[in-house]
Amino acid sequence: MIIIDNLQKEPAQFDVEAVNSAARRQPLYAPRQKIFPKRAEGFYRRLKWIIMAITLGIYYVTPWLTWDRGPHAPDQAVLLDLANYRFYFFFLEIWPQEFYYVAGLLVMAGVGLFLITSTVGRAWCGYTCPQTVWVDLFLQVERLIEGDRNARMKLDSAPWSVEKLAKRVSKHAIWILIGVATGGAWVFYFADAPTLFADLFTLRAPAVAYFTVAILTATTYTFGGLMREQVCTYMCPWPRIQAAMLDEHSLTVTYNDWRGEPRGKHSKKAAAAGQSLGDCVDCNACVAVCPMGIDIRDGQQLECITCALCIDACDNVMDKLGREKGLISYATLSDYNANMALATAGGPIAPERVRGETGALLPAIRQTNWRSVLRPRTLIYFAVWAAIGLGMLTAVSMRAEVGINVLHDRNPLYTLLSDGSIQNGYDVKILNMTNDVRVMTLSVEGLAGVTMTSPNIASEPTTSLTLSVDADLVLPLRLYLRVPSAGLASQTDIVMSVVSEDGEASATANARFEAPETP
Amino acid sequence: MTDTRHDEKDIDSLSGIETTGHQWDGIKELNNPLPRWWLWTFYGTIIWSVGYMIAYPAWPLISEATAGVLGYSSRGELAKTVADARTANADILQRIGEAPLADILADLELARFATAGGSSAFKVNCSQCHGTGAAGGPGYPNLNDDSWIWGGSIDDIYLSINHGIRSATDMDTRFSLMPNFGTDGILDRADIRTVSAYVASLSGLEGGVDNPEGAMLYAENCAACHGDTAKGMAEAGAPDLTDAIWLYEGSLASIEAQVTQARHGMMPSWSEKLDDTTIKQLAVYVHSLGGGQ
Repeated sequence: MIIIDNLQKEPAQFDVEAVNSAARRQPLYAPRQKIFPKRAEGFYRRLKWIIMAITLGIYYVTPWLTWDRGPHAPDQAVLLDLANYRFYFFFLEIWPQEFYYVAGLLVMAGVGLFLITSTVGRAWCGYTCPQTVWVDLFLQVERLIEGDRNARMKLDSAPWSVEKLAKRVSKHAIWILIGVATGGAWVFYFADAPTLFADLFTLRAPAVAYFTVAILTATTYTFGGLMREQVCTYMCPWPRIQAAMLDEHSLTVTYNDWRGEPRGKHSKKAAAAGQSLGDCVDCNACVAVCPMGIDIRDGQQLECITCALCIDACDNVMDKLGREKGLISYATLSDYNANMALATAGGPIAPERVRGETGALLPAIRQTNWRSVLRPRTLIYFAVWAAIGLGMLTAVSMRAEVGINVLHDRNPLYTLLSDGSIQNGYDVKILNMTNDVRVMTLSVEGLAGVTMTSPNIASEPTTSLTLSVDADLVLPLRLYLRVPSAGLASQTDIVMSVVSEDGEASATANARFEAPETP
Repeated sequence: MTDTRHDEKDIDSLSGIETTGHQWDGIKELNNPLPRWWLWTFYGTIIWSVGYMIAYPAWPLISEATAGVLGYSSRGELAKTVADARTANADILQRIGEAPLADILADLELARFATAGGSSAFKVNCSQCHGTGAAGGPGYPNLNDDSWIWGGSIDDIYLSINHGIRSATDMDTRFSLMPNFGTDGILDRADIRTVSAYVASLSGLEGGVDNPEGAMLYAENCAACHGDTAKGMAEAGAPDLTDAIWLYEGSLASIEAQVTQARHGMMPSWSEKLDDTTIKQLAVYVHSLGGGQ
């Protein structure tokens, strides 16, 4: 009996209004509307908890992972070594001149944004954006200390008391601690994490580390704790950009007013008066749980981050009322329009048009499913994205381990020596991009009778130079080539090459040998 | 009169919000209010700017600008950067100053530092005559080649820079004078032609003739400085006459001119102007140019 009672009982209406409702708008400078998001429960809430655990886990754990690179390189798996201009990422070590890998990753991120947004809408905003994740975390702290929506509203309007002060102080203290942990984790990406961790607590870390932690603590606390939805609505360009990438087949959080309207609490009274109401009982649960404080029933709007908590809230209400879930759901605009056309048929929305005689939704009603994801636009995005990824992987796998750069002297182009031979000077750089000391042999091809000298290394002319290049370093070398002048053209193309002792790694560079014009 | 602009409110039909009245291709701009915290942030930046004007140079006056209580200036920052660099380099400069030249060449770290330091000192002090690439010109030796009038060892180069060549102000300067065989009447024109043709033949110059008369004249007049085999003598600043390198022009006419009336180069004594560490770095740099012995 109790269950039936529950089913029959109409849910209480939340006293809540959207922060951006037309009635509330005012010209010029608007004061901020306080939002007290209620706790939501359901599939999307659980999904968001899981994604929060994964993203925060990646953020906090990554600097502590190790990766053995031998004695000549750091063993931190992910390390941005700014002082030595090296970026370590597990098996990969990137030098500054290889920054195009990062450019490639950024291009992939851009195309990935197109792909994700055109398929599942603003999923970045709703699930993975740091602002969303941290606000979620901060809200959870707030709920644990101050209680859920009603308790928080009561506390907010209550006069100051010891209890209120204690709750507020502990809430802000925990927020600041989270901020410190956020900034603290960030700096570990730039230095040896265990060393820096100890240094931070013993006040021996560099000033820039404390400064970075302080800045990130302040921004995390301010953006995640104090400003929350204001950041998304007023500061972030993303909502504007992402909205422009949606099309009529993108999934967006949608209020299906074709089955919800006309909304009303008292369906029996309305039925007695000869009117039929839609599924929306106007309980405002969707507004109460919204972290942005908006009403999804006003339609797609800039403020909506598509976190889908309103879907959870509404589904729970529909469950209690014994109606189909999905009054608010992920839907595409094209499905929504088709259903809307069915429900209106030229006039106002009429609930009976979408339901058959049994009261179930008509089979003609389009239910959005995952197939909306597969269409030429998204497949092309995916193909482009995957092609860049494969190209990058290929480039990484074929990455040279040694390198040679050659720069010919501009002044003088050549020097006449006492025996009549011609000498050219070069600045040569030999790159050892491996984590071991490498012995390499430098030689020149394309010039008959060429010999080389290098100040302080080889004073006697020789045909090749054997050099030891330290691990992960560049060896700068001043090199002189000399050739007998007989029969020498004014310009000769030559190739300089370095080969490692074991013959495994080699690199070549094109250069030129200059000589006077022979009359 | 009433302001008619306020009478013509344009309300967007979809959102119910007033528009600014601006349109672009039919797209209207909603007149949404700014958040109040944005206004306070704006006021905050104004207050910040007042603090900034007090702390930093800001107001231009007639001769200079207000200094600001922090006393910051970009020139001061530059001076500090330069001073920091000096401090950072002090140790290695001291090592260069104390080490014998041969030890500097043997130590790769010192040699690299000295080469770089010598290179910049060369650009400032030496490039006016020897050229930025040290390739010289007629009368100014090319320092890249392996022919040295006064010796190409690191110590010889150091000595030449330190005391100069034929410097009037340095007692220890390198000094030598080639006689004016023609204008001083030591040799007549026919003899000069004969000996010049012989000298030109030693390095295969055009017009050179290997003749016994010239060889005789050479042995009597020139061999004392340039040597019996004409390979020159660095101690006397006498150039090698058998190689491909000529300080002036490598031609028979130029040799005749030099024998008739000698031209002499002159280089200042740099010890009067530069400190010993800089001169050592210059020597290392010049030695590294490709012809150092």
